[in-house]
Amino acid sequence: MIPELGQFALIVALFVTVVQSVVPLVGAIRGDRTWMDMARPAALAQFALIATAFGALMSCYVTSDFSVLNVVQNSHTDKPLIYKISGVWANHEGSMLLWVLILSIYGMAVSVFGGNLPPGLRARALSVQAMIAFGFLLFILFTSNPFARVDPAPLNGDGLNPLLQDPGLAFHPPFLYLGYVGFSMAFSFAIAALMEGRVDAAWARWVRPWTLVAWCALTLGIAMGSWWAYYTLGWGGWWYWDPVENASFMPWLSGTALLHSSIVVEKRDTLKAWTILLAIVTFSLSLLGTFLVRSGVLTSVHSFAADPTRGVFVLALLVVVTGGSLILFAIRGPTLKGGGLFTPLSREGSLLFNNVLMSTAAGTVLLGTLYPLFADALEMGKVSVGAPFFNAVFIPLMVPMVVTMAVAPLLSWKRGDFAGALGRLKFAFAATVAVAAGTWIAPGGGSGPLWAGRGLGLAAWLAAGTLVEWAERVRLFRAPFSETADRILRLPRSAYGMTVAHIGVAVVIAGITGSSAWTQEKIQVMHPGDVVSLHGYDLRLEGTEDNLQGPNYSILRAHFSVTSGGRPVADLYPEKRMYRQPPRPTTDAAIRTNLLGDLYAVIGDPDGTGGFVTRLYFNPLVPWIFIGAIIMVVGGLVSLTDRRYRVGAPLRTARAMAAQKGRA
Amino acid sequence: MRRWTTLLPAAVFFVLVAFFAWRLVLITRGDAPNLIPSVMIDKPAPAFDLPPLVLDRPGVQASGLQGKVTLINFFSSWCIPCRAEHPLLVNLMNRPDIKGRMTLIGIDYKDRPEDGRGWLDRLGNPYDAIGMDRDGRVGIDFGVYGVPESYLIDRQGRIRYKQVGPFTAEDIREKLLPLLAELNK
Amino acid sequence: MRLGVRLRGLFMGLMLLAVAGPVMAVQPDEVLKDPAMEARARALGRDLRCMVCQNQSIDDSDADLARDLRVLLRQRLVAGDSDEQAKQYLVDRYGDYVLLRPPFKTTTLVLWLGPAALLLAGGWGAVMFFRRRTASAGPAGERPLDETEQRRLKRLLSNDREG
Repeated sequence: MIPELGQFALIVALFVTVVQSVVPLVGAIRGDRTWMDMARPAALAQFALIATAFGALMSCYVTSDFSVLNVVQNSHTDKPLIYKISGVWANHEGSMLLWVLILSIYGMAVSVFGGNLPPGLRARALSVQAMIAFGFLLFILFTSNPFARVDPAPLNGDGLNPLLQDPGLAFHPPFLYLGYVGFSMAFSFAIAALMEGRVDAAWARWVRPWTLVAWCALTLGIAMGSWWAYYTLGWGGWWYWDPVENASFMPWLSGTALLHSSIVVEKRDTLKAWTILLAIVTFSLSLLGTFLVRSGVLTSVHSFAADPTRGVFVLALLVVVTGGSLILFAIRGPTLKGGGLFTPLSREGSLLFNNVLMSTAAGTVLLGTLYPLFADALEMGKVSVGAPFFNAVFIPLMVPMVVTMAVAPLLSWKRGDFAGALGRLKFAFAATVAVAAGTWIAPGGGSGPLWAGRGLGLAAWLAAGTLVEWAERVRLFRAPFSETADRILRLPRSAYGMTVAHIGVAVVIAGITGSSAWTQEKIQVMHPGDVVSLHGYDLRLEGTEDNLQGPNYSILRAHFSVTSGGRPVADLYPEKRMYRQPPRPTTDAAIRTNLLGDLYAVIGDPDGTGGFVTRLYFNPLVPWIFIGAIIMVVGGLVSLTDRRYRVGAPLRTARAMAAQKGRA
Repeated sequence: MRRWTTLLPAAVFFVLVAFFAWRLVLITRGDAPNLIPSVMIDKPAPAFDLPPLVLDRPGVQASGLQGKVTLINFFSSWCIPCRAEHPLLVNLMNRPDIKGRMTLIGIDYKDRPEDGRGWLDRLGNPYDAIGMDRDGRVGIDFGVYGVPESYLIDRQGRIRYKQVGPFTAEDIREKLLPLLAELNK
Repeated sequence: MRLGVRLRGLFMGLMLLAVAGPVMAVQPDEVLKDPAMEARARALGRDLRCMVCQNQSIDDSDADLARDLRVLLRQRLVAGDSDEQAKQYLVDRYGDYVLLRPPFKTTTLVLWLGPAALLLAGGWGAVMFFRRRTASAGPAGERPLDETEQRRLKRLLSNDREG
């Protein structure tokens, strides 16, 4: 009964999206307010219906209703409740349902919070959102129905892939989708603006917060996935340049570019066509990721079971959504006239530079990911494009960008004083040299490669430069303290957001450098009582316990005691788990962090003489990668609370500006 | 912005779509896109000298390949697809038109000898000679990346064809036999 | 998982997380005594593809073949091969496909020059953007701001500062 209810809700939702796509659009063209306003209740209804369907599927999972095929294939009664719930989206069908659910949440948000949007823009944007939802609902109902029944129902399910039974991976997809789908907002507004032929500061102010929300979620989602890989895959790696990872990284890169170019649209009324294009491309890259992961076109370490029928459907969707919007862009793009002038050495100029590099980076990842496919199609043989390629081309693109990131905020709009900005960065330059030299001389660092000093120097440059910019804005030590305090309080949140996010980037860079340069690894067979020394720590294998029982797996757990100079530091308990259904082993690394580095222990197979293979690592600065990502997200969230971006902000700002004009 | 620059993104996109569509067609037709072509084609077979697996058949040496057409089949008792392929090889070697025109050499890849022997006892032995490649080194020399794999060697000792994965009846009919006829001309 | 089973999975195209698993790649018995040579072997291993896996290097993979290749690689190094020779040994047998960093040649020209070309195109686009803007605005880009512009600038700046 409940599955049928869910399916019925989906079918009704499909009809609602048809109404929501057509009626408001026609209303907007005709200028009929009543028709336009149909979009709002329709968006609410669409959300309610899809939420019902999602709730229905979740209830099937929670109650282990094995008459539903999807539950049979992905669940098991032994599973802890949290993984029964996360099992809903840990498979193709359920994850698509989550996808449209999130889409409808964003649509609802527009209709609830969008009271101050120009009615025509709102109607068109919601109509575009509904068209996307229509496509995906059709996709779910025709190729990926999560509510399909089996008769007779089996007694139990096949269980969930043990790798997915992990808190990090359980909540990684929802954040990823919040990001991917969140970019649909920028997309819908871009299409709506193209239809209207008008892009202005108010438009940018509307798009920016949504892009920020999506960007924060995507950053967090990617960081969670990376963190998961770090602690479960068992050798301390955290990024593999796998096609699936690249699929999430491309929209992140172009989304970051979009965030920055929309600032230019908002402040200076220029780069409009480019920003619209970025909005289209960012969402299209999200869709492309969905296509690549689910169609089997590219094979990857972790992709969903590939099905060409689904591939054909998603490709068709991609052609309609992206192809259609790019054609619209080709027709309407030339009519978008830019406003403000600026010189290359200005804030806008540097944001444009950021955009060129970010887009090149996104294009490079796309090229590298798809090149094996191109080579194959053009009969140039099989090519592998892996991590060494991406590292070789990506780093030279990122270095100039990070160097500019420190300078750019110091440049004024329209025409910046480049020499002056560099002059004000004396302190940052000194910090860079100090860090680079210190890294080279320091006892631990001297053993590292030469580029390690440059990497940390780069991080120091960015962090110090960002702080200098903040200090300038609040006139730290240059004005009386009361004035500085006042400025600190009055500085807009978006400025703080930028400062925090850029410092986050610096922290990530330091983490990447440290982990690539100084990771120490010891692989050996250890018997209880054996001691291995690593980075000044002594790790003693105290013993192992076998056949401990988890909820649906058995555990081999080792105990390491860690001492440093005879002083106890920590106890590490790495585990090897054997799941019962499906029977598959996983590893759970034991990690002890002091924020500067991680001690990382993995227990492997027994050697048959009472010993065990152990892998012990010291991973310096790795926590900084994840901490830095969280700092970036915090920066995004701080920016989001800026009053200009709050609900109804465009209207209020317009009023404030009018008042200001009156005063002037 | 000039018109042609705004057209560019759409143009790039549709080129991409063409590639994807091509790939999807391949997948739908079942042309596994995972097969990796061998670089060994038309090159001399690598040197090897493997001890025999069974007493009644000799081991295998690269020097013995000259002057006749040979099919080298890498198999293993633990390999599931090999089980599907094996009866086809037995049938093939029983065909009168094949006798004397093609030598079949088996290489038992990364297997325990007793398991390999048990496999042949149970399923029959179509091989003229069988070598044991316990550490898989000869496999690496041939560029084997999974079992079963088979290599057709011409009279000059050059590799002319590589079959990745099990032979199907269709593969034998449409690929192996025509090539064999050509090589025996 | 054994090679045959894995390969079958590969043929059937059902790669549902089949290979992503706990990575128990380099085993203690493979490690060379000489740390410098072991470090070379590790670095080389990261550049070589595990043929039966999807996008994993032999250094990350627990597949049988990856292990064989790691051992072989170390033997070649011990026998005195340079890094390039050891790599070439595998390329001769498995082709360029085994290299995770494809060699620079005609078939990979687009791959290697693509990023630079994209960057140049982007830079060219930016240059054209500035050219066109200054051309259409006449000498405005160069002359000092007039009074109205100054006022507008002030307003924009104050707007920017105070949000």
